[in-house]
Amino acid sequence: MALQGTCREIEDIAIIDFSGKITLGEGSSTLRRTIRDLIDKGHRKIVLNLYDVDYIDSSGIGELVSGYTTVRNVEGEMKLLHLTKRVHDLLQITRLFTVFDVQSDEESALKSFR
Amino acid sequence: MAAKTQRIEITLETLLESVDLAEVIVMRIAEAAGFSEEDIHKMGMAVREGVINAYNYGNQQIRDKKIFMTVEFDADKMIVRVLDQGKGFELTEVPDPLAEENLLRTSGRGLFLMRAFMDEFNVHTAPGGGAELVMVKKLPDAVSGNGSRQPE
Repeated sequence: MALQGTCREIEDIAIIDFSGKITLGEGSSTLRRTIRDLIDKGHRKIVLNLYDVDYIDSSGIGELVSGYTTVRNVEGEMKLLHLTKRVHDLLQITRLFTVFDVQSDEESALKSFR
Repeated sequence: MAAKTQRIEITLETLLESVDLAEVIVMRIAEAAGFSEEDIHKMGMAVREGVINAYNYGNQQIRDKKIFMTVEFDADKMIVRVLDQGKGFELTEVPDPLAEENLLRTSGRGLFLMRAFMDEFNVHTAPGGGAELVMVKKLPDAVSGNGSRQPE
């Protein structure tokens, strides 16, 4: 299934609930566009809820890294929420689990922003 | 699947759609060969990364070029080869994506993932040019007849 994201806001935090695959092509483009749009709208606190994303390839990982860097460059914070086992394992073996701020529940994610 | 050499050859167009197609083909073959769900997923991902590599880096997204994939079985292995029509490359020249200075690079993890998901992985420069990625997965014991497990 192509990646789809639904945005909701809690105070000044934008939470994107994603479902589908983050892969080369449409999925990666959607992720890139979503983060770009959020930044353009002034959001600096972003949570990517990946509860329903069970598949990501190297391109998708690259877009997550790109998004992280882009948000950081505007002095924002981006967190990942509810990783599935496969995504978790991929980020682990690529050592990106130590780079991203990964949260296991929404309440913790919201509280973790500076 | 019988423990004799079998070979399937597929020619893919240098199109984004070929990435999904190659992945699905290999997963179906792996399923028929008796691999576990987890191994099927890993093999699909490895082939996906291989074809992405061929599409993006080998063939530079040039539409006229082709990607050649073969799937072979021998007594105890499934071997997948992905050959592009590019210039070839040396594995040793590819930056390590796990190195601290490369962690925030947005590309360069495909080869690493192929090696992580398969039992054996290598890269050759084909005689006519082009990079050939060779990925090997050992057949499950129940299929290859190794070990004490009885065939299912």
